[in-house]
Amino acid sequence: MSEKPRVSLAPVRLEYRASAGRGLSRSLAALMEGRIVGQRCPVCAKVYVPSRGACPSCGVVLSEDVVVSETGTLVSFCVVNIPLADRSLPLPYVHGSVLLDGADIPFSHLLQGLPVEEVRMGLRVRAEWVPGPERKPSLESIRCFRPTGEPDAPFHAYMEHL
Amino acid sequence: MSASGQQSQAAVSGAGVLTAPYTLEYTYRRSTGPLIGRFLAGLQEKRLLGARTRGGDVLVPPPEYAPGTGEPLVELVEVAATGVVTTWAWVSQPRDRDPLSHPFAWALVRLDGANSSMLHVVDAGLPERMSTGMHVRVRWSETREGSIRDIACFEPCEEAP
Ligand SMILES: [Zn+2]
Repeated sequence: MSEKPRVSLAPVRLEYRASAGRGLSRSLAALMEGRIVGQRCPVCAKVYVPSRGACPSCGVVLSEDVVVSETGTLVSFCVVNIPLADRSLPLPYVHGSVLLDGADIPFSHLLQGLPVEEVRMGLRVRAEWVPGPERKPSLESIRCFRPTGEPDAPFHAYMEHL
Repeated sequence: MSASGQQSQAAVSGAGVLTAPYTLEYTYRRSTGPLIGRFLAGLQEKRLLGARTRGGDVLVPPPEYAPGTGEPLVELVEVAATGVVTTWAWVSQPRDRDPLSHPFAWALVRLDGANSSMLHVVDAGLPERMSTGMHVRVRWSETREGSIRDIACFEPCEEAP
């Protein structure tokens, strides 16, 4: 008998057509205009960015759009040392959770402009936009976040939003 | 794992709702383990191997451990390249990655000499030609490389003598 195979390829592939839903579609459209828009829960008043469509705590539909700041606080981060399929960034780089001023949940984006070993929780950052004509209804319309140079936010300022 | 949405293809559907293609892919390379490895090597030589349990059942494809007792399985025996369809589902519109480009059935096939059934494709042409209990035989692939696709599919046949 021939030598037994030791490895078999078993790829799993799922092809979807994803729908953003109404609230998130408005958020994505606003990114093309250089605005970051979330939605506020009518019950608990939390602002979700990007919009989730419904409040996961209260179970109600979000309706009121809210423009939040393009500056925020880095509340968590990950140092990436393994190249991913769609990224051609030099390693290592940092992907972080940014709590924008006026938002109640952080969202994930690329952090640039600071050596990896100096990245820390509480760092104040600002969105860097791609030029207007190149923007798409996508979070990629924000190229990255960069440090603003402000003093770090104190832990109690974001401890409820980790 | 990789996930990619071609955002450039984002499109506006009804009520201003955006949609986009989104592909989720896990590019697993799976270790075959001792028994499945020998099972796959057997396919390359047009042989079908199953594992015999202490109770005498023959399981094809061979699991590493007996489902009922958890005993490790070591003994492989050869079974026939003919069998019986125990259940099936007709695919009238095959997708790009399906094994056949024309309509076919996914079926559980219990090979003659085996006590368990294996999932594979039956190329019957029409759903009217499919039935539970029907007899099928292996159609081998021209090029075999130690993969479950060394069995191109099963095709209907008369009962084995
Ligand atoms: Zn709420």
